[in-house]
Amino acid sequence: MRRRIPAKYIPLAATALVLVALYTAGCLSYPNFASPRVAVDLLGDNAFLGVAAIGATFVILSGGIDLSVGSVVAFTSILIASLVGEHGVHPLPAIAIALAVGAALGSAMGCLIHFYRLPPFLVTLAGMFFARGMGFVVREQSLGIKHAFYVEDIIQNLAIPVSRQVSIPFTAVCFVVVFVAGLYVAHYTRFGRTVYAIGGDEQSARLMGLPIGRTKILIYTCAGLFSALAGVVRTFYMQSGDPASCVGLELDAIAAVVIGGTLLSGRVGFVAGTGMGVLILGLIQTIINFQGNLNTWWTKIVVGLLVLVFILLQNVVAAASGRSGKGG
Amino acid sequence: MPRDRSWHLESDWLSKLVWPVAALVLLLLFNWLFTPGFFQVEVRCAHLRVPLAEALTTRTVVSHLAEHPGEILTDVHLYGTLIDILNHGAKVMLLALGMTLVIATGGVDLSVGAVMAIAGAVAAQLIHAAGVPFPVVIAAALGISLAAGAWNGMLVGLLRIQPIVATLILMVAGRGVAQLIADGQIITFTDERLVYVGNGHLLGLPFPVAIVAVALAATVVLTRKTAVGLFIESVGDNETATRYSGVNARVVKFMAYVFSGLCAGFAGLVAASNIKCADSNHAGLFLELDAILAVVVGGTALTGGRFYLLGSVAGALLIQALTTTMYMRDVSPDIAPVPKALVIVAVCLLQSETFRKKAAALVGRRPA
Repeated sequence: MRRRIPAKYIPLAATALVLVALYTAGCLSYPNFASPRVAVDLLGDNAFLGVAAIGATFVILSGGIDLSVGSVVAFTSILIASLVGEHGVHPLPAIAIALAVGAALGSAMGCLIHFYRLPPFLVTLAGMFFARGMGFVVREQSLGIKHAFYVEDIIQNLAIPVSRQVSIPFTAVCFVVVFVAGLYVAHYTRFGRTVYAIGGDEQSARLMGLPIGRTKILIYTCAGLFSALAGVVRTFYMQSGDPASCVGLELDAIAAVVIGGTLLSGRVGFVAGTGMGVLILGLIQTIINFQGNLNTWWTKIVVGLLVLVFILLQNVVAAASGRSGKGG
Repeated sequence: MPRDRSWHLESDWLSKLVWPVAALVLLLLFNWLFTPGFFQVEVRCAHLRVPLAEALTTRTVVSHLAEHPGEILTDVHLYGTLIDILNHGAKVMLLALGMTLVIATGGVDLSVGAVMAIAGAVAAQLIHAAGVPFPVVIAAALGISLAAGAWNGMLVGLLRIQPIVATLILMVAGRGVAQLIADGQIITFTDERLVYVGNGHLLGLPFPVAIVAVALAATVVLTRKTAVGLFIESVGDNETATRYSGVNARVVKFMAYVFSGLCAGFAGLVAASNIKCADSNHAGLFLELDAILAVVVGGTALTGGRFYLLGSVAGALLIQALTTTMYMRDVSPDIAPVPKALVIVAVCLLQSETFRKKAAALVGRRPA
């Protein structure tokens, strides 16, 4: 058997298997589950989580963690809503401002982490509190976005019709585009390879002459940018901004990353896995909705168990590959 | 430096205590100058309501208590902002005790908030069940918290899963479990004994403060008067070396998580009792972050090793004093996280070696 799957792909294969199994189970158990509408909604409804989780993947691959995701999403969503609704700014420059603010916040956290060697856990925790509070400084209540760009373009003109009833929402398009971009950056750019190297061993990466500081700051800048982008996608999805929303979204993002086969210690993982992890979280929710008689708390329990299963799987894989490495 | 080591170790905890206490004093000073009524403490017993200073100097309260000595235990109440800070900070102080030991082993426990919710749900369910004696209710709530801690400890200690992920599982699933126990309801209760846990008074002070005092004393004795503290620090400092010197590092880690679970159980009882109901969704939400913050502000490094229980308690008080100050100054609770974030960054920077060196270089260069 020379053509076995390399050990590093086993968690990824397991993720794919769970995804397919969940979808098949859903299709077999419920009529209408197989309809393209469910699949399209799955992408569209989880788009903002997906965008945020892809940003989180890079941070985690580098061995760090970003707790500020949910707050930054909420902050940027209310920032856009306020700029458009209260200050008469066109949505496009408003979105640009929000992305810039997210990136600036991320890069500030990156600088603290790199220059002063503060633990990412604490710095992004501060970022989380800061962004949450700033969201309420912008506006204390949620605000709908009534601009024509949102109401007409995003909902109708930018959605891609598949059949008469079903069209792919623009949020799903955003998710796919960000996903592909994430794949490209992780595997085909110098930045992506440096991220993996830092996650593997920062000391070695430094000795190899890789630009540690620049990359680290860039990682958190990107994470801030991705979170802000997730906030933008959320305004597309909700047609509003809300400073109180997305509490704990970072945990969902981290869970998606872990279920996607990425080690929280860094080095090992795939953007593709995160994409599937997000879809798995979405599928669990969809199945529980279809079932109808299960309460939402089952989602939390199932997600927790899935995270456990994947961590145990990774332990087994790591132990197995470690043994074969020593033996050979 | 090595020659100073013994001296350094002995006064280590004092020097670590300086930053959080200095910040706390600064904050209190600010309030003394700018927040009217911040330092007023009132004594209430029976029908009497007298400021603390007056109660100690005049005869009214003293003579009243001389007539009814039984009231000293639970019927004398101290009221005031300072007492509120102690009272409301009790939950984070309790969590911070367990968290300190966990962080000292090089780990972290993200699940304490969810464990609080579970403990509250169990207590609230059982108090309504007919024929369950009160001690059993408390024991069950604490027991399930111990079990939750043991679960974390098993994952980290025995299966060697990274602490962040291992405890993330219970952080996510734990609230689901709490809702399962509470059947998705917010369970209110009126049982006097359970309400006393969070709202009663003991020797004038709120009962949660008494719990913290006992827990702190017990933890200090347990870790500093026995070898346990040394074991914990050595595991956090260098696990391999610890194992080679014959300490079972896995058991030490396991026990740290069990202890953290127990602390979360106490905090969960206080939290539920405070509001006389068990709210699985909101009980202890994000308190794990406050607890971790308190520990780090108190001087224990997230990388493990030496730990400072008094520092953690001071850190928790600092966080609570900050929150209370903002309430008193009419800062919207929604905006309150912003100053909190700035304090976190400031304290972290002050503790960062790199920052201190750079700042010292900057200051040193200017006059020359």
